[in-house]
Amino acid sequence: MTTAPALDAHLVVERPGFRLDLRLTAAPGEIVALLGPNGAGKSTALRALAGLEPMSKGHILLDGRDVTATPTELRPIGMVFQDYLLFAHLNALDNVAFGPRCRGASAAEARARAAELLARVGLADRAQAKPRTLSGGQAQRVALARALAVRPRLLLLDEPLAALDAHTRAAVRSRLRRHLAEVDAATVLVTHDPLDAMVLADRVTVIEQGRVVQDGSPAEVAQHPRTEYVARLVGLNLYRGRAHGTEVAIGEGTAARNMSVAGRHEGEVFVVFPPRAVALYRERPDGTPRNVWRATIDGIERFGDQVRVHLDGEIPVSADITPAALADLRLTVGSPAWAGVKATEVECYPA
Amino acid sequence: MRVKSGRFPWLLAVPALVGLLFLVLPFAGLLIRTPWSTIGTRLLLPEVRDALLLSLATATAATALALCFGVPLAWLLARTDIPGRRLVRALVTVPLVIPPVVGGVALLLVLGRGGVVGRYLYDWFGFSLPFTPAAVVVAQVFVAMPFLVISVEGALRGADRRYEEAAATLGATRAVIFLRVTMPMVAPGVVAGAVLAWARALGEFGATITFAGNFPGRTQTMPLAVYLAMQESPESAVVLSLVLLLVSLAVLVGLRDRWVGAL
Amino acid sequence: MGSRAVVCAAGALLLPLAACAAVSEDSAGGKVLTVFAAASLTEPFQTLGARFEGDRPGTRVEFNFAGSSALAHQINEGAPADVFASADRRTMDAVADEGHLADEPSVFARNRLEIAVPPGNPADVTGLADLADADTAVALCAREVPCGAAAEAVMAAADVAVTPVTEEEDVRAALTKVRLNEVDAALVYRTDVRSAGEDVEGIAFDEAAAAPNDYPIAVVAGASEPGLAAEWVELLVSQEGAEVLGDAGFTEV
Repeated sequence: MTTAPALDAHLVVERPGFRLDLRLTAAPGEIVALLGPNGAGKSTALRALAGLEPMSKGHILLDGRDVTATPTELRPIGMVFQDYLLFAHLNALDNVAFGPRCRGASAAEARARAAELLARVGLADRAQAKPRTLSGGQAQRVALARALAVRPRLLLLDEPLAALDAHTRAAVRSRLRRHLAEVDAATVLVTHDPLDAMVLADRVTVIEQGRVVQDGSPAEVAQHPRTEYVARLVGLNLYRGRAHGTEVAIGEGTAARNMSVAGRHEGEVFVVFPPRAVALYRERPDGTPRNVWRATIDGIERFGDQVRVHLDGEIPVSADITPAALADLRLTVGSPAWAGVKATEVECYPA
Repeated sequence: MRVKSGRFPWLLAVPALVGLLFLVLPFAGLLIRTPWSTIGTRLLLPEVRDALLLSLATATAATALALCFGVPLAWLLARTDIPGRRLVRALVTVPLVIPPVVGGVALLLVLGRGGVVGRYLYDWFGFSLPFTPAAVVVAQVFVAMPFLVISVEGALRGADRRYEEAAATLGATRAVIFLRVTMPMVAPGVVAGAVLAWARALGEFGATITFAGNFPGRTQTMPLAVYLAMQESPESAVVLSLVLLLVSLAVLVGLRDRWVGAL
Repeated sequence: MGSRAVVCAAGALLLPLAACAAVSEDSAGGKVLTVFAAASLTEPFQTLGARFEGDRPGTRVEFNFAGSSALAHQINEGAPADVFASADRRTMDAVADEGHLADEPSVFARNRLEIAVPPGNPADVTGLADLADADTAVALCAREVPCGAAAEAVMAAADVAVTPVTEEEDVRAALTKVRLNEVDAALVYRTDVRSAGEDVEGIAFDEAAAAPNDYPIAVVAGASEPGLAAEWVELLVSQEGAEVLGDAGFTEV
C-alpha cells in the first residue's frame, strides 16, 4: 500500500529561451534532491513551489490540497534560502519567531516556539545574537529553524551549503542530515553538488535544461548515470552503445568500436566503468583479456593520492593511476598510449 | 612594518579642498560679522523665539508629512510598473527645479481661496489655507518631499528583494513585509532622506513667503525673519542666521549620534 | 588644467562683483550712462531712457533695476554707477553717509499709498477704516520695507488699527496676493496699482497724504559720466520727465 504523496506537482515555467517542465512528487518525510548544472532550472522549480515564480501551466498539490494559485504567504511551506537571508535587524530568536507571528501566534507563543526550535538546532545560547555575528553554519541552522517554525508541510532548501567554505561544509552537512531526518514534512532540496544530494536525499532527481533526465535513489543514480553530466559528477566513464550478446558497439558507423562487457544484453545500452579500472600502457599489451584501444594523453591532474589522466582517441576516457606508475610510463601530455579495461569491470544497463 | 600606499592624491585633494573652502568661507564670513556683544539680548527677543519655534515645529511637521506620503510614493516608483513611471519620477523632481517662489504661486493657484481646489474648501467650509501655519507646512512639504522620495527610492532600489520573498514564505502579508522587513532594511536611506527634507524645510523661504505670507508668530519662520531683518539691519540678520545654523547643526549632529550611529 | 578650471570657477563664484564691473565705453566708442534705480521706476525710466538716447546719438543708457537697499549696498561696495535713484530717503542717506554721492540728492517724484482690491471689490472696501474689519483679509508690507513703514505711518495718522493676515516682504508680493484674490485688500503704492492694469482696482484715500513716499536721485561720487548723469537728473525734473512719471502713477513734488 502506498500513502498519498505529500507533494504532487507538475511545474511548467516558460520564459523566453527557457522552458521548465517538471513532474515532482514526495512522500511525507521524504527528502528529494533536485540536482543539475547551473541554469538547469532547479532554483526556478523551487521558487515555483514557493509561489515566488509564476507558473505558465501545471499544478501543485500539498497533502491533496491544490495550492497552485495560493499566494506565497498562505502556502504551508518553509524555505531556506541560499544566503539564508536572515533579517539583519532582528536577533536569532526574533528571526525564528517571525513566521509564527505572521501566522497569528501571540508574541509569547511565537517566542516560545522559536526558543524551542533554536534549542533543537543547538543554538539556544545564541538566541540574542544578531545575524551578522553568527558563523555560516550557525546562520544556516537559524534559517532552518525559522523555516521549520511555521510547521510547514513542504520544506524547501535552496543550495543550503553553497554559502559555506569547504572545511565547514562536511560538518554542517552531516548536522543538516540529522535535522532533516526529524522533519515529517516533504522536503525538496536544490543543489549542484552531488555529494550534498547523495548524503542528504532519499531520492535524487537530475534536471538538465528544464527537464528530468534521471530519477532514483542516490545509489542508483551514482552507479547508473544516464547522462554525461551525472557521470562526470559521480566520476564514471559513461558511453552509450548498441549491445549484441557480450559485445557493445560504441560510437557511430565506421568509427564504432566494440567493447566486451560482463553479461549479455541486446539493443541500446549504457556502459560505465570507473577511472581506476582503466590501465595504461606505452606499447600495445599482448595476451590480455582486456579491451584495449589506442589513445593520446590529453591532460594530467592530481586527484587525491592518485593521478587522473584524460585520454582522447577512439574512446575518450579518464584513468586513475598512481604517481609511480605515471613516472614509470614516462607519460606526458600529447604522448600516445594504450588504454585497457577488463570486461568484468564494465557494467552495462539498458538505455 | 608599514607599506607606503603611494603618493598623496593631489588630483582629488586640491579640488576637494577648494570645494570645502567654498562651502565654509561664507559661514566664516557670518561669524566675522556677528555682533557678539549684543547676541544675547537679540536672542531673547520674543519675535526671534517665536520664529525659531515656528520654524522647528513646521519643519518637523513637514518632515513627518513627507514621510507619510513620500515613502509610499518612493515605493511605488521603485517597485511597481505603473504606466508612465519615468514621467512620474520626473514630475516628483519638479519642485527641486522650479524657483520656490513660483512653487508658492502654484500652491496659491491650487490651494488658495480662489484656487482650483481651495475655492471649494472656502465655499463649503469657509476655510482658507494661505496665511496659516498649516500653509507654512504645506509649502515646506512641497519643496522638501522630493529629497525624501529620491533618497528612499534609491534605498529601495538598492535593497535586496529576496528578503521580502523570505518574509513571504514565512507567511508575511505585503503590509507586514513593508513595515517589518522593507522599512528596517531601507532605514538608513529613510533617515538620510528625512534629514535632508528637514533641513530643506527649515531653510525654506520663497514658497513659504508666497503661499503662507509673513505674519510674526503665525507664519513668520526664521528664514523670513532673516530676510526682513536684512532690510533694516544686516547685523540682526547675521545673528538670526547664526541662530538658525546653530540650532539645525545641533539637531542634525544629535540625530546622527542617535540614529545613524546606531545603524 | 582641471584644477585650474575649478579655481577659476570658484573665483567667479566668490567674486560676483568682479563680474558686474561694467566697461563705461561700448565697442562703438559711444558713451554709456549707468543708472541704478529702484525697481518701481522700471517703466518710466525705460521710456525716458529711450528718449535720452534718441536725443544723444551714440549714447547708451544701461539700467540696473533692483530693490533700493540692495542697490545701496552695491554702490557702497564699489559698483560702477553714475546715477542712483532710490525709492526712499533712508536708502539714499545710507549711500550719502558712506560718502558715495557727488552732490545733494534731489526729490524728483512722489508716490502715495492706495488700497488695492481685486476686480469687483468683493469685500466692498471704500476707505482705510474698512481695512480694520475683522472679516476683511488684508495684506500689508512688512514694517521693515518702505511700503510697510508708510502703511504704519498712515494708519497711525488715521488712528486705524489693521491686523493683516500677512506682512509681505515687498510691495509686489502684496499686490500678487490681491491679484490672486487671496486677500480682500492691500496697501500698496499708486504706481503698483497702475502697473497691475485690469487685475486690481485702486482706491485712493485722503489719509495717504500723511506718508508721502519721496524718490530722491543723485549723481554717484566718482561717476565715469558725471556730465551725462547731471543731464539725466535734469530730464527727470523737467516737464517731460514729470509727464512720463505721472503716466506711471507718480505725483509731482
